[in-house]
Amino acid sequence: MTIAISIQNLVKTYANGFEALKGISLEVEQGDFFALLGPNGAGKSTTIGVISTLVNKTSGSVEVFGKNVDTHSYETKLDFGVVPQEVNFSQFEKVRDIVMTQAGYYGLPRKLAAERCEKYLRKLGLWDKRDERSRSLSGGMKRRLMIARALVHEPRLLILDEPTAGVDIELRRSMWEFLTEINENGTTIILTTHYLEEAEQLCRNIAIIDEGRIVENTSMRKLLKELDSQVYILETNSQVPAGFSLKQDNMVLNIVDENIIEVTVSGGQSVNSVFAEFSEADIKIDSMRNKTNRLEQLFMSKLEGNG
Amino acid sequence: MLTNHKYIAFETIVIKEIRRFARIWVQTLVPPAITIGLYFVIFGNLVGRRIGEMGGFQYMEFIVPGLIMMSVIQNSYSNVVSSFFSHKFQRSVEELLVSPVPNYIILSGFIAGGMARGLAVGTIVTLMSLFFADLEIQNLFITVSVVLLTSIVFALAGFINALFANSFDDISIIPTFVLTPLIYLGGVFYSVELLPPFWKLVSALNPIFYMVNTFRYGILGSSDVDIVWAFFILIVFIVVLFSSCIMLLRKGTGLRS
Repeated sequence: MTIAISIQNLVKTYANGFEALKGISLEVEQGDFFALLGPNGAGKSTTIGVISTLVNKTSGSVEVFGKNVDTHSYETKLDFGVVPQEVNFSQFEKVRDIVMTQAGYYGLPRKLAAERCEKYLRKLGLWDKRDERSRSLSGGMKRRLMIARALVHEPRLLILDEPTAGVDIELRRSMWEFLTEINENGTTIILTTHYLEEAEQLCRNIAIIDEGRIVENTSMRKLLKELDSQVYILETNSQVPAGFSLKQDNMVLNIVDENIIEVTVSGGQSVNSVFAEFSEADIKIDSMRNKTNRLEQLFMSKLEGNG
Repeated sequence: MLTNHKYIAFETIVIKEIRRFARIWVQTLVPPAITIGLYFVIFGNLVGRRIGEMGGFQYMEFIVPGLIMMSVIQNSYSNVVSSFFSHKFQRSVEELLVSPVPNYIILSGFIAGGMARGLAVGTIVTLMSLFFADLEIQNLFITVSVVLLTSIVFALAGFINALFANSFDDISIIPTFVLTPLIYLGGVFYSVELLPPFWKLVSALNPIFYMVNTFRYGILGSSDVDIVWAFFILIVFIVVLFSSCIMLLRKGTGLRS
């Protein structure tokens, strides 16, 4: 399997002495959809900054598709596109001009650049806005414009730093669909996100970074298996009788109010047995939902472990 | 990067730069034309009539080359410093930094943009001057080449200013406190022959003095400086400033943390 990106012992100490990265190592395979998770200030954006050459590293190495970003700057830069966290295009330029200019920086002839520009602006729902100044776009549109701009040279690797931060739910879902589509078409994607649900929905592999160190680097499936319990919230259509309890020892029941119950189920246990016990007591369950985001639970435990 | 790709990248930067200053022509092209027009009317026409001759020419004829050169210097500098700092301020410079465009192409693109504005304003001022004086260019090669080289020098200087600038104040300090005094003391309005020996010596240390006088030589055929020496100074400045810019870009000064 080809390695899309390989980071070895990456260290970044800023001029004020702050150690943003303390020797991280990471590999992402070609075709992967990879999440880099971490709290604010953990080092996610610095890592992306070093890969995209916007941040000078202190030591270590970064390779993109087997080529060092320092010694093979031209080849590696052709291979990736970057969508930053903050808007970084001129607010006075027209949408089409921003994408066309970026195509020009990559040496795309004008005809091809115009075709690509139309292709990605259409895909991202911005074609109707092509002649508008970028400052008139909404926050979500500005993010989509940055994605179109990053894709115009059709890189093999797309790096997104918090792509859906501040974006409404509907737009977030449509961006997820778009990213899934381009990943299925072969583009390797690395994203940092605060939305753990986003990582769970989209990504196959995940690394958790905290205080400049990788504290977990595994597949999403393996990580979620580590969960030893889950809490469900059940809504009943009749009052739960006082003193009602579950027969099974490894399930904990908490009556929140007369129609709302929390049930903690240990790993490996079936939820069916919960339903069976309520049925026996003639209590009908109207709805059930997971109390906490499962990944969030794990994320916090990893960070606490690191602390 | 392939040569063809480099050319496309260079062309993209230049077109973007020209589009920028053309879009805001009221701020970039009109004010220098009005300012220099006032110089023609007040200093050249009204005051100049009383002064009579300067350096063997009518005062209006004498100041025209200096005023054209002043507009070229100021606009080449200010285009690059304001545009590149604006790219830094809006972070749109990152579009360039993540792309495979080599540093010397980035630099050349911005220099060409600065030259385009400097020459555009210089042309406007030259056309305006025709209403006030009869210009007959004595040496076209020297006239054109000194304008181009001077424009490159100040575009490069503007680039360095923009790299080090952290605020909009930082991009106005050098033009106000360094560039303007050097221009005014660079023989735009007077012949160095009028100065006492000490100030003649001080003028000899001012690079703009050589640029203005060489340009004046190209148009009027008379100059206070040695033309070969002036070209040598211009080329040395270009080599030193260009190398400095490339070194700063390579280090990421003002651009990469």
